[in-house]
Amino acid sequence: MPDEKEKSKAIPQQSGAKSDGLRVIGVPRRRVDGRAKVIGQTRFADDIFLPRMAHCKLLRSPHPHARIRKIDFSRALAHPGVYLVLTGKDLPIQYGILPVSQDEQALCVDHVRHVGDPVAAVIAREELTAFDALDLIDVDYEILTTISDPEEALTTPAPRIHEYGETGNMHKQVALEFGDVEQSFRAADEIFEDIFFYQGNTHLPIEQHASVAIKDPDGKLTIWSSTQTPHYLHRALAKVLEMPAAHIRVIATPNGGGFGGKSDPFNHEIVVAKAALVLDRPVKICLTREEVFYCHRGRHPVLMKFKTGVKKDGTITGMHLQTLIDGGAYGSYGVASTYYAGALQTTTYHIPRYRYEGCRTFTNKPPCGPKRGHGTPQPRFGQEVQLDKIAEKLRLDPAELRLRIVEAPNTVTANFLRLGTVNLAECIRRVAKSSNWKEKFGKLPEGHGVGLACSAYLTGAGLPIYWNKMPHSGVQLKFDRGGGVSIFCGATEIGQGSDDVLAGIVAEVLGIDPFDVRLFTGDTDLGPVDLGSYSSRVTLMAGNAALQAAERGKVLLAEAVALKLEVPKERMRFADKRVFDSATPEKGVNFAEAVCLAEARFGTIGTVGSYTPPKSPALYKGGGVGPSPTYSYSAAVIEVEVNTITGWVHVPRVWIAHDIGRALNPTLVRGQVEGSVYMGLGEALMEEQEFRRLPKRLSHALVHKFPSMLEYKSPTSLDMPEVTTDLIEDPDPRGPFGAKEVGQGPLLPIMPAVANAVYDAVGVRIDEVPITPEKIMKALAEKKAGRPPRFGPDHFPHVEWPEALRVPPPWEGGDGNAVNDVAHGAKRPAAKEKVLTP
Amino acid sequence: MATFPVESQKTAQIRLTLNGEATDVAFAPYKTLLEVLREDLGHTGTKHGCELGECGACAVLLDGKPVLSCLVLGLECNGRNVLTVEGLGKDGKLDPLQDAFADLGAAQCGYCTPGILVTAKALLDANPHPSRDQIREALSGNLCRCTGYLQIFEAVEAAMVKIAGTGKKAG
Repeated sequence: MPDEKEKSKAIPQQSGAKSDGLRVIGVPRRRVDGRAKVIGQTRFADDIFLPRMAHCKLLRSPHPHARIRKIDFSRALAHPGVYLVLTGKDLPIQYGILPVSQDEQALCVDHVRHVGDPVAAVIAREELTAFDALDLIDVDYEILTTISDPEEALTTPAPRIHEYGETGNMHKQVALEFGDVEQSFRAADEIFEDIFFYQGNTHLPIEQHASVAIKDPDGKLTIWSSTQTPHYLHRALAKVLEMPAAHIRVIATPNGGGFGGKSDPFNHEIVVAKAALVLDRPVKICLTREEVFYCHRGRHPVLMKFKTGVKKDGTITGMHLQTLIDGGAYGSYGVASTYYAGALQTTTYHIPRYRYEGCRTFTNKPPCGPKRGHGTPQPRFGQEVQLDKIAEKLRLDPAELRLRIVEAPNTVTANFLRLGTVNLAECIRRVAKSSNWKEKFGKLPEGHGVGLACSAYLTGAGLPIYWNKMPHSGVQLKFDRGGGVSIFCGATEIGQGSDDVLAGIVAEVLGIDPFDVRLFTGDTDLGPVDLGSYSSRVTLMAGNAALQAAERGKVLLAEAVALKLEVPKERMRFADKRVFDSATPEKGVNFAEAVCLAEARFGTIGTVGSYTPPKSPALYKGGGVGPSPTYSYSAAVIEVEVNTITGWVHVPRVWIAHDIGRALNPTLVRGQVEGSVYMGLGEALMEEQEFRRLPKRLSHALVHKFPSMLEYKSPTSLDMPEVTTDLIEDPDPRGPFGAKEVGQGPLLPIMPAVANAVYDAVGVRIDEVPITPEKIMKALAEKKAGRPPRFGPDHFPHVEWPEALRVPPPWEGGDGNAVNDVAHGAKRPAAKEKVLTP
Repeated sequence: MATFPVESQKTAQIRLTLNGEATDVAFAPYKTLLEVLREDLGHTGTKHGCELGECGACAVLLDGKPVLSCLVLGLECNGRNVLTVEGLGKDGKLDPLQDAFADLGAAQCGYCTPGILVTAKALLDANPHPSRDQIREALSGNLCRCTGYLQIFEAVEAAMVKIAGTGKKAG
């Protein structure tokens, strides 16, 4: 019996979108890859089994910090079933995601920097054989002093974890000043100083990282991997393996969850590629869950000090933020994370003067990197909790205070970020209304409370990770005589729906069904480069590239059909799989015939599209982190019930509004919002990547406190509250059909909204996350004892900050350059914005 | 002759009913049902997220009851009935649960989906009209990191309604 007819049926459910004559965009529908997912046939990296395939396991350091004196793997190599053992000497070339932090080696050559750092690889016929043979490798270590947190890193300059960075174990320092902040504090009626701590946490994708590499029959290399960034992996492989990039093919398999955790090129990917080349047979690795915890690249623990000056009416006169960031053992995205921690404060509320000082240190823990919200949830937590304190002191309603100070659309901020549409005020009004805020805030019985917080996020990083002038995303379309259209694009499906975005846009433009579209994505050989699934960039960037390619194809088809119908080509319309005369709709051809007519007239029909973000006006050094074509906005109200006997926080309800521009597929958009709420609640209440020292009589190693899914607590189906999601659809001309991001922004207001709700419920401030029952009980005890009802850090250690780059804000005559940066060279002219209109 | 690694020795052999089909399989005796399904039977629809019984991704139905296949030895399954995501659809048609999951955004990355689908099927088989709380409870051993669960609950409820409707018509 034939399969059921699969088509992109519209699902009747409420959508905020006005149709605007659109037939695919804005209509809730089954995603194009939905069927594969529900029949278990989405092929993840570990689902690939190839003939003669060998298995790889990595021997990892049991020490947090040590020199490798000697490795003897002769016994392992002699073990029956072992094919190959690799050590650092086989792959000595350094790599890393950022050009400024090429500090990783696929296998450590002489220095291990955290428990879990790989030192050798065994490749064997069976996975279990490889695992057993790890025990037969003898490594002689010389133990070095362990540096376990940023304060230790500041006071322990030697031994250095890396031989580069600012000095000692300080990896990166940033100091930027946009206007005279001290003067702005003198102009303030009130000054608020608060210290916050945001504990690290991890992505916890359900899929463990996996990779399979083969030496192709022609001698080239192919690797399938659960990566969010096949293009960057491609570059890293070419560098470390010293192979022409043209001889390497990276296929990003659909990721079983990414959340930023699969955005770095990983040592295990390079190792299996090398092993496949040496052995001339397929080699697979799949990490254990414990190894995934040690791979990490998750949320940086950040200590923050906020100093904010305000007028009596709530107007902010200036803000000074300092951060001390625990980077872990490698650079990863850390330099960008350090800048991001200071970049987006100015995007939500008008801050006329702003100073940021950030310091990232190396420590002997798994490296931190980008997790959903990359670098920005930590300072967003501090900023939004401090605003709540400001509102209380000024006797203003927290919603009212925020409404007074929201930033205007199309503004260039103090730190030269150019905003697009800004519907933050509308977000606040919507959640205040839907949550019945006025009737609840400050009025619920003891133990019950509501809290509000807001946020903004990038719709794609404005600059690529390595400096180049090429597009950030490219799309090729192939038009088939049968009426199908194939999309070739490097964009990577990590569950967020990037394939569906591409199919939806192309189908809308060409008047066909998304199911008529075939997708070839995440493959460096098949499609043009897309930089990857990070920074919420795919919908806007790959989407605009797809839009341009589709529009170009439409022009060719319209001309060919117009000629045949003998009507002006401007009158051609594309809808319902037909190309027809808009004046006499019955006059037309079906889409397949239109392709044939075009092919007959122009030859094989294939079109391309690409997208390059507008140039940023932020010309100062460090101004490359933060710019985006446009920003999304969110506001959330969260209701909590706090048990004052146990400290337990229950969240029954969340109201969230998100300024998305336009929801391309509302079903998927809602999923991104609710998924962000879920992940934010995990960060707010329970998730923490914590480390502990083993007893001295053991190794005294600094190990992950609970590298298992059982002990690393994440919310289950029983913990998830009801969520009311409101989408604000005000199309932004910079996005395809007006769309902005949704994958990361809605996570950001959740943590501070919970903290603010806890205060409303029981009158204690928990100035750090996660907000655990222990912390609540301690703060309640303080309150009972008549001391400040608070739990949180009380000091920010001394850091020697460099002289800040002084960049006058736009309203003080600034042109985006620093006035005191001699090293950064001549001033660059201010850039003009180029807006693509769909 | 070269030494044969002990791990490769497929000395265990069982006969089970896999998705309604009589199936013989030989495998190394240390393997879990999860490994036998994926590695020896080519049924990669069942996923894994921890191999320690923590995440629920590897759930299958063993004699109609949801079990974590990473905690069941292949050897325990002789003569038993195993249902995986590959066996949910019938006669080329998706199960109503699968349709609802695909339509309503209940599968994002799709990695936890097979385990959740079979667990939800066991629930609906045992209780055709579960409440929202009963659905939450039944799925509380299956971690999903993408959706926030709500669209999953809605999909189970939509499938419940559809199955009930079909039953009435047939009856």
